[in-house]
Amino acid sequence: MSAVINLLQVIGVFVINTVASFGRASIFLSQIILGFKDVILRPSLLIKELYSVGVLSLLIIVFSATFVGMVLSLLGYVTLVDFGAESSLGVLVALSLIRELGPVLSALLFSGRAGSALTAEIGLMKATEQLASMEMMAVDPIRRIIAPRFFAGLISLPLLTMLFMAIGIYSGYLVGSVWLGVDEGSFWSQMQSKVDFQGDVINGMIKSAVFGFVVTWIALYQGYNAYPTSEGVSRATTNSVVYSALAVLGLDFLLTALMFM
Amino acid sequence: MVSSRKTEITVGAFVLMALLAFIYLALNVSNLTGLSADKGYHVSASFDNIGGLSKRAKVTLSGVAVGRVTDIRYDKETFRAKVTMRINSDVNYLPTDTQASIYTSGLLGEQYISLEPGAEDDVLTESSQLDITQSAVVLEELIGQFMTNMATKKD
Repeated sequence: MSAVINLLQVIGVFVINTVASFGRASIFLSQIILGFKDVILRPSLLIKELYSVGVLSLLIIVFSATFVGMVLSLLGYVTLVDFGAESSLGVLVALSLIRELGPVLSALLFSGRAGSALTAEIGLMKATEQLASMEMMAVDPIRRIIAPRFFAGLISLPLLTMLFMAIGIYSGYLVGSVWLGVDEGSFWSQMQSKVDFQGDVINGMIKSAVFGFVVTWIALYQGYNAYPTSEGVSRATTNSVVYSALAVLGLDFLLTALMFM
Repeated sequence: MVSSRKTEITVGAFVLMALLAFIYLALNVSNLTGLSADKGYHVSASFDNIGGLSKRAKVTLSGVAVGRVTDIRYDKETFRAKVTMRINSDVNYLPTDTQASIYTSGLLGEQYISLEPGAEDDVLTESSQLDITQSAVVLEELIGQFMTNMATKKD
C-alpha cells in the first residue's frame, strides 16, 4: 500500500514540477518581451549579440548547407534517373530545402552552436553571481543581459535559414547540373514553376522564425534557471540542446501539417 | 570602440548577405517574377474533361509558354469544367477561333494547355471565351476503346 502511495507521490511531484517550470518559463518570456523597449533604446547591445549569436554561426551553417545540397542532389539524381525524370531534380532539391531541411537543420545546428553557448554563458554568470550583483546595482539582468540575446537569436535564425536555403540550392545545382549533367534550363525552370513564393518560401521563413523563438527561449531559460554549480551549468547546457531539438522536431511536424496539407 | 565598429560591420555584412539570399530565393527559385512582371489578359474555355490539369499549369503556343492556368471550376450551367487562363499581354494577336487542347508532356508528365490559332480576323481580349476545345486524353478510356475494338474485330 505504501509503495502505491510513494509512486503516486513521485508522479505528483513530477507533474507539479513540470507545470511549475512551464509557468516559470512563461513568466520569464513575458519579462523578456517587456524588455523589448530597452533593446530598442540600446541597439549596440543587440548588435554585439547578433555578432556572437549570428555571425559566429555562419561558418557551420554555410558548410552544412553546401554538403546537404550536394548530397540531396546526388541522391535525388540516382533515384530520378531510373524513371527518366532527372529534369525534376531542381524541384526536389529546392522544395525539400525550403520546406523542411532548411528551417529544421539550421535550427538544430543553431541550438548546438549558439543555444548551448547562450546557456553556458548565462549559467556561468549565475554561478559566479554576476546576475545577482547586477540586481544589487539596480540593473535588471533580464533587460540588460537576457533580452538582447533573445532578440538576437530571434533575428539570427531566419537570416541563417535564408542563407542555408540559398547555398543549399546553389550547391545542389553545382552537383546536379555542372557535374552530373542535368539540363540547366529544365533544372531552374521546373524549380521556378513548382516553388511558390508565398506557399513555400514565406512558410519556410515562418517555420524558422518559430524555431528561432523556441530555441532561444529554451536556451536562455535553461541558463537562467541553472543550479549555480559547475555540474548545474553542464546539465543546463545538455538540457538546452536536447529540449531544443525535441521542440524543433515536434513543432516541425505540427507546422508542416498546418502549412502544407 | 574599434572592436565595436568591426562588430557593426560584420553584423551588417551578415544581414545583407541574408537579404541577398532571400532575394535570390524570391527571384531565382520561386515564381515571383512570373507573377509580378506581366499581368496579361484572361480567357476561359470549357472542357468535357480536364484530366489532371492543375492551377498554374502552362499554356503554350506551338510549345512556347505564353501563359498560365489561373482558375479551374465546374460550371453548373453547362455541366462542363471551366478553365480560366492568363495569357501574356504581348501575345495579343490570337484569333477568336483559337482552339484549346489539353495535352500531356511526355508519357507521364504534367498536363498543359496547347493553343492552336484559327483564321478569324478578330483577336482575343480580356474575358473572351474559347469555343473550340479538345479534352484531355484519359488513358483508361483509350484502353477501353482499344478493348472494344479488339472484341468487335474478333466477331
